[in-house]
Amino acid sequence: MDNKRTLLDVIADSKFIHTILSIIIGFIVGAIFLVVMGISVTDAYGTLLKSVFSSTKNISYCIVYGTPYIVVGLSVAFSFRTGVFNIGAEGQFVMGSMAACVVGILFGSLPSIILIPLCFLAAAAAGALWGVIVGFLKNKWGINEVLSMIMFNWTAFYLSNYIADFPAIHNEGSAEATRNVSEHARTLLPAGLIEKFNLCPTANWGILVAILLTIVIYFIIEKTTLGYELKAVGFNKSAAEYGGISVNRSILTALAISGALAGLGGSLQLLGMGGRISIFTSQEGFGFAGIVVALIGVSNPFGVLIAGLFYGALTYSGGKLNLVKAPTQVVDIIVGTVVFFIAISSIFGAVRYLKKSPQKGGR
Amino acid sequence: MNALINELGVIIYATLLYTPPLLFAALGSCFSEVSGVVNIGMEGMMSAGAFAGCVVAFYTKNPWIGFLCGGLAGALFGMLHALATVRLGADQTISGTAINFLAPGIAIMTAKALFNSTDTRPLEPGSKIPLLFKGTFDTSTVFGTFLKNVFTNYATTYLVFLAVLLVWFIFYKTRFGLRMRACGEHPQACETLGINVLRIRFFCVTVSGFFAGLGGACMTMAITNQFRPISIVGQGFIAIAAVIFGKFRPQGAMLGCLLFGFCTGLKVVLGNSNVVSAQLISMIPYVVTVIVLILFVGKSHVPAANGKPFVKSK
Amino acid sequence: MAQKHVDLNTKVIEMRNIVKRFGNFTANDGINLTVHKGEIHAILGENGAGKSTLMNQLYGLYKPTSGEILINGKRLEMNNPRDAIAAGIGMVHQHFMLVQPFTVTENIVLGTEPVKGVRLDMQTARRNVQEISERYGLSIDPDAKIEDISVGMQQRVEILKALYRGADILILDEPTASLTPQEIVELIEIMHNLTADGKSIILITHKLKEIKESADYCTIIRLGKYIGTVNVDEVTQDELASMMVGRQVTFVVDKPEQKPGDVVLEVKDLHGVDYRNVEILRGLNLKVRRGEIVGIAGIDGNGQTELVEIITGLRKASGGSITINGVDIYNKPPRFGFVNGVSSIPADRQKHGLVLDFSVEENLVLQNYKEPEYANGILINRSAIHSFATKAIEKYDIRPANCEGRPAGTLSGGNQQKVIIAREVENNKDLLIAVNPTRGLDVGAIEFVHKYIVEQRNKGKAVLLVSFELDEIMSLSDRIDVIYSGKIVSEVAGKDADENELGLMMAGGGTHG
Repeated sequence: MDNKRTLLDVIADSKFIHTILSIIIGFIVGAIFLVVMGISVTDAYGTLLKSVFSSTKNISYCIVYGTPYIVVGLSVAFSFRTGVFNIGAEGQFVMGSMAACVVGILFGSLPSIILIPLCFLAAAAAGALWGVIVGFLKNKWGINEVLSMIMFNWTAFYLSNYIADFPAIHNEGSAEATRNVSEHARTLLPAGLIEKFNLCPTANWGILVAILLTIVIYFIIEKTTLGYELKAVGFNKSAAEYGGISVNRSILTALAISGALAGLGGSLQLLGMGGRISIFTSQEGFGFAGIVVALIGVSNPFGVLIAGLFYGALTYSGGKLNLVKAPTQVVDIIVGTVVFFIAISSIFGAVRYLKKSPQKGGR
Repeated sequence: MNALINELGVIIYATLLYTPPLLFAALGSCFSEVSGVVNIGMEGMMSAGAFAGCVVAFYTKNPWIGFLCGGLAGALFGMLHALATVRLGADQTISGTAINFLAPGIAIMTAKALFNSTDTRPLEPGSKIPLLFKGTFDTSTVFGTFLKNVFTNYATTYLVFLAVLLVWFIFYKTRFGLRMRACGEHPQACETLGINVLRIRFFCVTVSGFFAGLGGACMTMAITNQFRPISIVGQGFIAIAAVIFGKFRPQGAMLGCLLFGFCTGLKVVLGNSNVVSAQLISMIPYVVTVIVLILFVGKSHVPAANGKPFVKSK
Repeated sequence: MAQKHVDLNTKVIEMRNIVKRFGNFTANDGINLTVHKGEIHAILGENGAGKSTLMNQLYGLYKPTSGEILINGKRLEMNNPRDAIAAGIGMVHQHFMLVQPFTVTENIVLGTEPVKGVRLDMQTARRNVQEISERYGLSIDPDAKIEDISVGMQQRVEILKALYRGADILILDEPTASLTPQEIVELIEIMHNLTADGKSIILITHKLKEIKESADYCTIIRLGKYIGTVNVDEVTQDELASMMVGRQVTFVVDKPEQKPGDVVLEVKDLHGVDYRNVEILRGLNLKVRRGEIVGIAGIDGNGQTELVEIITGLRKASGGSITINGVDIYNKPPRFGFVNGVSSIPADRQKHGLVLDFSVEENLVLQNYKEPEYANGILINRSAIHSFATKAIEKYDIRPANCEGRPAGTLSGGNQQKVIIAREVENNKDLLIAVNPTRGLDVGAIEFVHKYIVEQRNKGKAVLLVSFELDEIMSLSDRIDVIYSGKIVSEVAGKDADENELGLMMAGGGTHG
């Protein structure tokens, strides 16, 4: 057996390549569905490409869409790395954006330099709280965290709708929504800049926060003793406890950080794009988008950064598919297929056997 | 007093109306989880069933063929999840997440292809799941109205409780049930006794999809009369929650679903009163679940091999 | 020697020239095995020699790469355990294959359940189980749940499982691993009863004494190769040992006389409950002094696990006191005990000892990652950890070399244990607790582990050794405390210990009060 690694070995071993292959397969499957429906694949995918790259405006749209996905993706990725599956990011996101909204309206007269950090802080705190309660229920009464997160997602959703109805922040007009947050709370780029580079009207500097958070999370996971502790607990609670790490505290810490990230994601979305909170009839699905982004980014912070942008671009450009009479849901099919193939990426490992004739016996 | 009896009747009606979609799905989830496979793709499988059931009933004008096809559509995605998790060793969470995107995506896309809309066309009354005991009770008396409220409900409501009985019987009184539970606890032991763990798990995950599909079909064929993208919003996850709540037993999951159904019923009744915010009332099921867990249920015994892929020795 | 029942004219099993490869690794390389009716045939080899692989092929779990298997003279191809069961083969695995929340009856009938129509027929099942248990003198409670019965009982259930399936050939994989001497005697008696009934038994073991006491023939495997088959009556234990490892082995641990010093660990009137909240420690007293090894001998389930968990802070006690060098560590978190002088080699190295997904170097600082040597404030000091790991890997001969960055889970069991020993010995604490430190290790690794434990004692550390291997307790301990029913019931000096006496005390006999 020679030790030289062939190209097939590299393909078989690299998670990165598996993800790329999954994405390619995702688009192929999407294409098959389009063909079956009698829609031109070149038209549809052309539209996708065009609405991402054709102008600075489109690119800026994709970044704006991607920003909250990156941060929620970081939240879920962080939870994966620390052994808790944060299926509750949805609720934390909602709590974060509501907290930012309330602060952004009620303290609207404060200058931006104070108000915006205050909004972020409120959002992070609200998200962290929503995560920590789940951890507390688990530690204190052994309540299954997946179950309570599902409950808390819905509780957050209705709580947000309830708060949005408060006279102090409710829109006086007919819209079922809150008032807009103060201009001081918005993270939009200066109008001059937007005009000069022909960016989208909601172009904002939230992406910088997302990048900063990516670096911070990478740093925490890889370089700090806290990261060591949380990972140890994530991999093996018994050994971590044996090593003197407080497991309960670590779970709370991990959920707090993960929740804070999801909450921040909510505030970035609100201060950058929405500006107000509508009363929804169903969940918006940012939490599940976060799960997908974390998976595509193989739970690596920088992978998540790219995956978040990818997902943002898909969602934005998917909305343009109507122009060619293609259903936007083809994006869901692409994403679902990508994630499915990431799940079964072990099959890519089989390519290494292509070079050898099948072995006899053994199976 | 009469008003109270009336309200009680309405709550019971609403409870029995909203329980079946959750309960069908929860029964499915029991199969999957107890055999050792986590299935968070329930939501997607319900969507598939909700859509397929409605469409087939629309074209065939036969609710039962539609209902069955709803189950089969769910089973198809159940099989996909089984293929990934049981045969290809995929991470069960990831595969389930994928299905939650794939199934609704395909459903809505097909709806667009067929009806040029994200919604299906509404079912005619004859294509809907039939109401049982319609007009059987004399609604001129309070008691009669009460009985009507309690018993006049969609056939699926009756069906789902029969299904609970059936599933309970399968779980605890049959050979298959014993083996299935053993697979979720100690797959290696099963393997040494010549029990085909992979086959049983594959089957159970497929069945979980089938039941999820039936649950979805209840939603669009009984409670409403058309499939819309928001037909299934979270019921799959609630079903999973009900199963955890019920300690992975069909009878326990039934209690969990009834609790949700009851809270939803309460919401319907209180929602008309305008005393409390509708949003706060909507929160009740979720908050109550957590409180009930804290007070009465506590830790549940998760099947020991739940979520762990089983690799067959060679 | 018990009466022999071998019928040399009837060959029930013949395995001819069996080769089994996993990828590039050859686990079995031309093994031959012949077993006759009524014979107890031992298969002897070190851990990793390929015994279990061989048996798994006989039981249909693996398929041989080449070679043939004949059962009762007929060539058979077994694709799964069902085929093996049909051919009359039953296997009792070392790690019991029992479904914990199921009853004894459910476990025994699983896979061949009697039914009435579509219904499980549990009445018939229960009756059948009782019948068979009476027939072979293996008494059990058919309605008890597995999680509630002792290890010895669980083994009976495993044997009954095989007999229930009509097995004529029983494979017992390391059956005595967690049994008391008395239980071992009982097991050997059961085995002879079975052979008297015409059954054949294959006994996989690395315990020479048991082979001498029970087996008729013995096949030796070394590094996957067939070494030979001997008539047990014609060889000595030493000869068997050297055939097994391919060199002379010394079983005596070299240990100089030394006077113990001050008390390091003192446990007084300790009470505690197990995971089911049943009281399991009932007023235990224990002292370990500098420069001595105190062995805790006892049957699994008498409180030793809980004792260690309480001392190391993993479990809360419900009464009593524990001090280290006079410092109260009673019900303090693990970290507190560690800081004050407790280090330990845990019983379950994969559960408590190592984070298998962490690299070897990360595992080596599991308690110390926050100490100034390995961290600058909140930052991990990777290079310091790496250079510490490099030294430890060399000093403790952890293989493969340069494995600093490899996940600990990719190391062999023996090397995983070396990582733990390196860490705990380098922690340099006053008390070292070792729980079953050599479980599952081969002879070479066992010698290594024993050497380091004795070295700690010689350096003036206090060592508390908890082991289910009585031989290990007897050869290492300066003092032996016998634990029974949550108390230390008697104490003997290590050199005066007599195996049978200890065994009797461990089983609750011969105690006063």
